[in-house]
Amino acid sequence: MGIITDNLDLWSSTLLGTLVLFVAGGLLALVLGTLVGAMRVSPIPVARAVGTFYVNTIRNTPLTLVFFAFAFALPPLLGLRLTGDVSLTLAICALGIYTATYVAETIRSGINTVPVGQAEAARALGLTFGQVMTLVVLPQAFRSVIPPMMSVFIALLKNTTVAAGFSVVNLGSIRSYLSERGENQFVAILWVMVVFVVLVLLLSWAQRALENRWKVAR
Amino acid sequence: MQRSEPAPETSNFSVRRGEPLVVVDHVEKHYGQFHALKDVSLSVDRGEVVVVIGPSGSGKSTLCRTINRLETFTSGSIRIDGDELPKEGKALAALRADVGMVFQSFNLFAHLTVLDNVTLGPIKVKRQSKADAERAARVLLERVGVAQQAEKLPGQLSGGQQQRVAIARALAMNPKVMLFDEPTSALDPEMINEVLDVMVGLAQDGMTMIVVTHEMGFARKAADRVVFMADGQIVEEAAPEEFFTAPKSARAKDFLSKLITH
Repeated sequence: MGIITDNLDLWSSTLLGTLVLFVAGGLLALVLGTLVGAMRVSPIPVARAVGTFYVNTIRNTPLTLVFFAFAFALPPLLGLRLTGDVSLTLAICALGIYTATYVAETIRSGINTVPVGQAEAARALGLTFGQVMTLVVLPQAFRSVIPPMMSVFIALLKNTTVAAGFSVVNLGSIRSYLSERGENQFVAILWVMVVFVVLVLLLSWAQRALENRWKVAR
Repeated sequence: MQRSEPAPETSNFSVRRGEPLVVVDHVEKHYGQFHALKDVSLSVDRGEVVVVIGPSGSGKSTLCRTINRLETFTSGSIRIDGDELPKEGKALAALRADVGMVFQSFNLFAHLTVLDNVTLGPIKVKRQSKADAERAARVLLERVGVAQQAEKLPGQLSGGQQQRVAIARALAMNPKVMLFDEPTSALDPEMINEVLDVMVGLAQDGMTMIVVTHEMGFARKAADRVVFMADGQIVEEAAPEEFFTAPKSARAKDFLSKLITH
């Protein structure tokens, strides 16, 4: 336990880094992914095309390459200096934009489970496409995709460690800091694993809570 | 029910009765190669109850869905209260708000309570306050006999109750005309009457209704006119008594004879 108690400063700052990446990246992914998922079923051909293009390009690119683009290609283009905050923001964007493609596809599969009559009834009431989606279709789509959606977010949580390679402090980078302080690297990695298992268990618990709350009687 | 009698002066519907409210004009519809509607023209007056019957695949449901453009059509025009049916967008949404629709499969919003189902349109489309919408919704739920179920989810209700909620949901928008697309076809026999009773009540109150149904009893009791469709065409139109006792076309005679033998 010495590796934890003697280095609480490192553990807390890296855990915080991971949580910031996860929460901010996750929010970005959820908002962007929902938008793109809705675009892919919209009646406007341009919106469908843009949504499909986005999913097909970003989802087919390895996450590390997305990070490369944000960490190394974008800053010179925008004239950014790579301070800690800028790196963190870029890492959040990379994670969010990458994960949004998976969120979009999960939402789209959820939209497909909602009977077409639900949208027809909503349209017949005079609701606009945006209202049909936000008031009737998406609430039901979300409920039906909680398990796969949670898998997407668990993957996001673990993907945050990739940011360590781009000088953003998180649990993926603690091993090297600990080894500088003379701790056993193998033990450090085992403890990182334990932290991730606990974090994912928390997410699974949240998933069960949501599933129980959102049971839809059909 | 005697339609010819003058309605009381107070009835809003009767005052303007007799003007065409829904005018379907030479509408054609194709699904790929299939010719679903062939030169269909139909005019429904304010306060009139028109029942559309015919064999399955005759295009009667398609016609019903075309009137609020849940189905597009190839050519022709449809006017509701003088306004041409817009193709899409906000104008179409606004027009649909004036056209109530009741579906065969109820289509109540599965994630919302009965009360929220009925108030969604008034609150989001008509911008009524939540309190006003709920007050009106409870009156409507009372009228269709499901007031006790207001806080339940649709899945907890029987089919007949769900369909009555669906009628209340459509009525909450205060529509100019109500479309019924086989409203009792998905119901158990003992639940059909509870829905038909509500519809007969609506007809007696002067609501303009276009009803696609297989319920000949309803047609006899509440319809001003029966429209018989076959193979995408309107074959015959007549008053119910005339149609059921002395159909003119061979197609209608054939259809009715099959009904009677069962």
